[in-house]
Amino acid sequence: MSGERVSRPEPAELDDADRRIVNRLQEGLPLCERPYAFVAAELALSEGELLYRLERLLEAGVLSRFGPMYHAERLGGGLTLAALAVPEADYERVIAAVNAFPEVAHNYRREHRLNMWFVLATETPQRIGEVIAAIEAATGLAVFNMPKQEEFHVRLHLPV
Amino acid sequence: MSDSTCPSEPPAVAADSDGLDELDRAIVLATQAGLPLVPDPWGAVGSPLGLAGNEVRARMQRMIDSGVIRRIAAVPNHYRLGYMANGMSVWDVDDARIDRLGREVAAVPGVSHCYRRPRHLPDWPYNLFVMLHGHTRDEVERQAEALHERLGEACRDYRILYSTRILKKTGLRLVRRPGPPR
Repeated sequence: MSGERVSRPEPAELDDADRRIVNRLQEGLPLCERPYAFVAAELALSEGELLYRLERLLEAGVLSRFGPMYHAERLGGGLTLAALAVPEADYERVIAAVNAFPEVAHNYRREHRLNMWFVLATETPQRIGEVIAAIEAATGLAVFNMPKQEEFHVRLHLPV
Repeated sequence: MSDSTCPSEPPAVAADSDGLDELDRAIVLATQAGLPLVPDPWGAVGSPLGLAGNEVRARMQRMIDSGVIRRIAAVPNHYRLGYMANGMSVWDVDDARIDRLGREVAAVPGVSHCYRRPRHLPDWPYNLFVMLHGHTRDEVERQAEALHERLGEACRDYRILYSTRILKKTGLRLVRRPGPPR
């Protein structure tokens, strides 16, 4: 897994019902007794068809996840965004070194001198500092730690 | 229905400092990879924990009310939905005005994440991070120009850092099962 390379997926072909499901379920599932039946009725689908299509959308990777979205800090964990300026010749080695940490949840290459950006999620806030020190030791590079100081909005909604 | 003094409820379990008790944590653990795709997902989550579906719902409602759960929803894969241009726009905004402007920018349609983060001078002067998603880079650049106008002279400089390669995407695992150290 350390040399992991995730390709950028191609757009999926969605029919009209899939699109309605993707749009509606980004808004959220109500906490009612039969939530899928409730949403299916709104979308003029049967509960069975909604469940079947939802499963297919997850399998096809159109949705990366469906369920409760937890607020890491309120669960007592640590979360931060961090970046590295990686010399190009060393890039593959540094990917392996960084991705080997289970606390690295996402990692992206970006176009900038700071060309590697990753999210650290840890079970305790104190652990963030330890993991950053360990990443600096493993890569020989300085980690730019950019924890959020204020959150103005978090609500991904991508209409299709 | 957040009345925790209801006599039919089990005796309160000591909650952690974050207000969650053991059963709440067990629900988090059972659902952090996803909610079951069955007609009664609450019952399916509760049954191995000895909880009825309506108890799971009540606990999840409390976690929503306290902000532990943001919402229960689908997380789309940008690329699979055709959003091929995903830019992290970063802005150098006057510290005295960033809190008001950050709230304004966050309300603009298309903005998903909007945070104030620390500068690292001299390498990194940017203190406002706004994720932008578009089908093309042109679309993202137009969004950024609109934000730039809104920020006005309070913004000294901005850049868009496009992601060019996903190096890892495992998702967050916020609570781990107790077990041997890895």
